[in-house]
Amino acid sequence: MSGFKFSWQAIAAAVLLIGALFTLPIVEAGADAPAPSLLIAATIAALLFCAIVFDGSRLAAGVRACFLFVAAHLAVFMLMSEIAGKNGSARAAFFLLLAACWLLAWRCVTLLSSLRPANRTAKTALRLLIPAIFGAWILIIWEAVTRGAGIPFILLPPPSAIGARIANSLPVLAADVNQTIFKAVIAGYVLGCGAGFVTAILADRISFLRKGLLPIGNMVSALPIIGVAPIMVMWFGFGWESKAAVVVIMTFFPMLVNTVAGLQASGHMERDLMRTYASNYWQTLLKLRLPAAAPFIFNALKINSTLALIGAIVAEFFGTPVVGMGFRISTEVGRMNIDMVWAEIAVAALAGSVFYGVIALVERAATFWHPSVRGGRA
Amino acid sequence: MDSLRAKIIPVTTILLGIVVAWYVLAVFMNAPFQRDLDRRGNVTSGTIEFIGKTLSQPKPIVPAPHQVAENVFENTFLRKITSNRSLVYHAGITLASTMMGFAFGTALGILIAVGIVHVLALDRSLMPWIIASQTIPILAIAPMIIVVLAAIGITGLLPKALISTYLSFFPVAVGMVKGLRSPEIMHLDLMHTYNASAWQTFWKLRVPASVPFLFASMKVAIAASLVGAIVGELPTGAVAGIGAKLLNASYFSNTIDMWAALVAGSVVALLLVGLVGFAGRIVDRSMGARPA
Repeated sequence: MSGFKFSWQAIAAAVLLIGALFTLPIVEAGADAPAPSLLIAATIAALLFCAIVFDGSRLAAGVRACFLFVAAHLAVFMLMSEIAGKNGSARAAFFLLLAACWLLAWRCVTLLSSLRPANRTAKTALRLLIPAIFGAWILIIWEAVTRGAGIPFILLPPPSAIGARIANSLPVLAADVNQTIFKAVIAGYVLGCGAGFVTAILADRISFLRKGLLPIGNMVSALPIIGVAPIMVMWFGFGWESKAAVVVIMTFFPMLVNTVAGLQASGHMERDLMRTYASNYWQTLLKLRLPAAAPFIFNALKINSTLALIGAIVAEFFGTPVVGMGFRISTEVGRMNIDMVWAEIAVAALAGSVFYGVIALVERAATFWHPSVRGGRA
Repeated sequence: MDSLRAKIIPVTTILLGIVVAWYVLAVFMNAPFQRDLDRRGNVTSGTIEFIGKTLSQPKPIVPAPHQVAENVFENTFLRKITSNRSLVYHAGITLASTMMGFAFGTALGILIAVGIVHVLALDRSLMPWIIASQTIPILAIAPMIIVVLAAIGITGLLPKALISTYLSFFPVAVGMVKGLRSPEIMHLDLMHTYNASAWQTFWKLRVPASVPFLFASMKVAIAASLVGAIVGELPTGAVAGIGAKLLNASYFSNTIDMWAALVAGSVVALLLVGLVGFAGRIVDRSMGARPA
């Protein structure tokens, strides 16, 4: 074995594999189900064994990672198709094989992270692939454990069921997204960020206002502002306006504090330069100080994107028309339709990520000069 | 004297402005209802009297500051702590789950940060997901977590604390990754020349360097943790806690109670953040940090 060198993940996977071979078959033989085939179990075991040996060989890390990737995912795919339709019938071998697959996938990620590709596209692809594998394995383990151990549907539905639910109830979800995001969140976000921005410019101009507002703004960031939701519902009614009002209050202060900080970010030298150009207040503001404040402003916009979504959804717990994401979540929980709740959460997560992602993209385009975007050091 | 002019005067002026604006808003918003009331009772009152009445309605749309202050004072100091109406009682319930969630969240955050700093594979695969995890409006699933955990027999503090944990681990994890990586290359090289093991470098260099970052992020985390605890109490018919009080008051349109609960929550938040900041300063000083 002189040419072989095994990682601890591979050794652990080998131990699990041997353990699995002693506890076959993978699934319980049901009364009406056909006896589980040993052939598939043998194929999975062989696949994993090959992967372990391959991993120990002296081939290039990239090649080994590719092989591990294919082997681990093929094996887990076969495992999942074995358990399909037989929820709760998994035996110890199933979980041992699953763990072995997971360890090999981890080994694959370790190999991938140690790669130092020369060209940029490969680097970007790698930067996306590694977290993607991690995310995929969360879903795989979730699916495998809920199906394998037969966890009751109302406790934790498997991801596949949630996916099916999303596909089946697209119109309902679309109406909720329209009500919560396109009406309440967007309106509140624009108003809140806009008001915060304008107040920040005012506070920057009048130093008395800045000295008074900044400590208050910092203090407010620690307060549970979300609690004003019932008051807003009382003032503005059950429609989307009350949710937008909550969002306005939640987004105002982060924007104010960050913009005020950003407006002071430009250096003395640069401000002096503007003065030698005889530029007036507005010219300095537009050409120097606002661009210099852009990273801070975008930071606030990003923080606010999450806050806005939370504010609108939580405000809906206090009363809505019969549509909206928060409304759907609280009623479907009451009816124990947990898969619908998860579907709504998945949509909310997707919306939140897209919202954040769009702002991040705009930020990259707008602050292309900033060291954190150029990839250099500040 | 300097801090008086630089801080206290502007802040008090603006706070006074807010209070005055609040009174004006209260009179303005409560006036229609009071006018209606007067017309039905065939009462004609002068302007001053009318304004006085708008500020002392039992269930106003906007309660006046003194009504809220009175309610807070009464329910904080004049009631028995075990009473269902005592704000101290409700704040205590919320505080318990906040602290539990905060402890879990801080521990989890530190653990994740240590993993990320030391294991390359974790750094590459986990970090993007940690950031993505916070774009999920987790508060939205708070009711579900509580109902589901109740279905398998876990009730009480733990479900609420879990929501707080989820909200509070993120700032700690991000802050600690930054903190554990904050030692300069020079210092790391020095440890290298001492032939220090990774374990020794961790305890003698990385951990002390990360302490200021830890306390800064703990301040954010404890505020987030309180929000999690309050929202966790909202939708599931919890019987006690600031969130439950808020929800109850909103069902019965008890606006003064609602505002009082909000004030109680804010006071708790400020106390907690202040406490963490205070602890941070003590630790800083005992570790020999010089004031910057």
